Amino acid sequence: MIKYSETIRKIAKKILEEKSVDLVIGFKKGTLPLMTEPILINDAEKTDQLYWDSFCSMNLANYLPKKTEKIGIIAKGCDSRNIAVHIVENQIKREQLYIIGVPCKGMVDRRKIISFLNGKEIHEIIESDADITIKGEGFEHTLKKDDYLQDNCKTCMHRNPVIYDAIVGDLVEERKDPDPYDEVKEIEGMESEERWGFFSNIIKDCIRCYACRNACPLCYCPTCFVDESDPQWVGKSIDPTDTMTFHILRAYHCAGRCTDCGACQQACPMDINVRYFTRKLNKDVLDLYNSEAGLSIEKRPPLDTYRPDDYDKFIE
Amino acid sequence: MHFSWISSAEAGKFAEVATEVIENIKKIGPIKKLVKERAEVA
Repeated sequence: MIKYSETIRKIAKKILEEKSVDLVIGFKKGTLPLMTEPILINDAEKTDQLYWDSFCSMNLANYLPKKTEKIGIIAKGCDSRNIAVHIVENQIKREQLYIIGVPCKGMVDRRKIISFLNGKEIHEIIESDADITIKGEGFEHTLKKDDYLQDNCKTCMHRNPVIYDAIVGDLVEERKDPDPYDEVKEIEGMESEERWGFFSNIIKDCIRCYACRNACPLCYCPTCFVDESDPQWVGKSIDPTDTMTFHILRAYHCAGRCTDCGACQQACPMDINVRYFTRKLNKDVLDLYNSEAGLSIEKRPPLDTYRPDDYDKFIE
Repeated sequence: MHFSWISSAEAGKFAEVATEVIENIKKIGPIKKLVKERAEVA
């Protein structure tokens, strides 16, 4: 994957020089190991700052809503689906975008590496196609990337970008086998009390920092319901009721729109897997409307269209 | 949650559904989840 960097730089340089875009949104190497930073570049001479490795997990589609410039943007499979969601939701026009697609074999979860190292400091990381070598004071480990992928990447069925203008490498083979909703089914099987306990437990450490919301490309409302004070929809404390209200509502706002890119989970400073909420809704939308978000820019989202054969068993 | 479709001409059905809804809710009892107690002040 690391070899993509060179291709990304070349494409970005070309489109900036040709002035087919005003700026390119991509990643640069972070100042800490296992970290990357988003970067906006408007000068072709500065494109050598662009970078790609297996830690580019942030979803850059987050920067697109209401932009007026012509934009080049780097997109993995999930990011491209969020770009499609933005186009369908009129947040940006397809003509404004030059999408640099990245076929993706999954992002490595930095937290899994950190927990493997158990506090040891990383000095250097070398990435190859399948492995990642971590060096530090007195140790060197070579780990299989597949064993340390982000949870959402492990069951990802859309690794190739769904829309793009240029692609930085050969398309990768899509997975056929995983059931991304294994865990969801398990939770669905619980009794109501047990399920309530399960979800309460997941969010017990939530500090209501809203990092999950801020990292999410879907959350572009000018005023989020949690920031509204008149009326105040949800209390601003970390009372368990307020926290649960926030998480349930956040998830429902993503229903039929979420691509399970994992940005929310990665952004959480308390290591809460907020995807437990969104994945259930993704499964419901798939089961009830046979729809997955962001696979096409032609199709309207399931929750803003009516079909006479829509699921209606809840009406008695 | 209950959803139903009742025509304005169906007074009987309205009464039936309303009764059923109330009975079901009584069976479940008062809400215990997502209830926020006000802090007690002296």
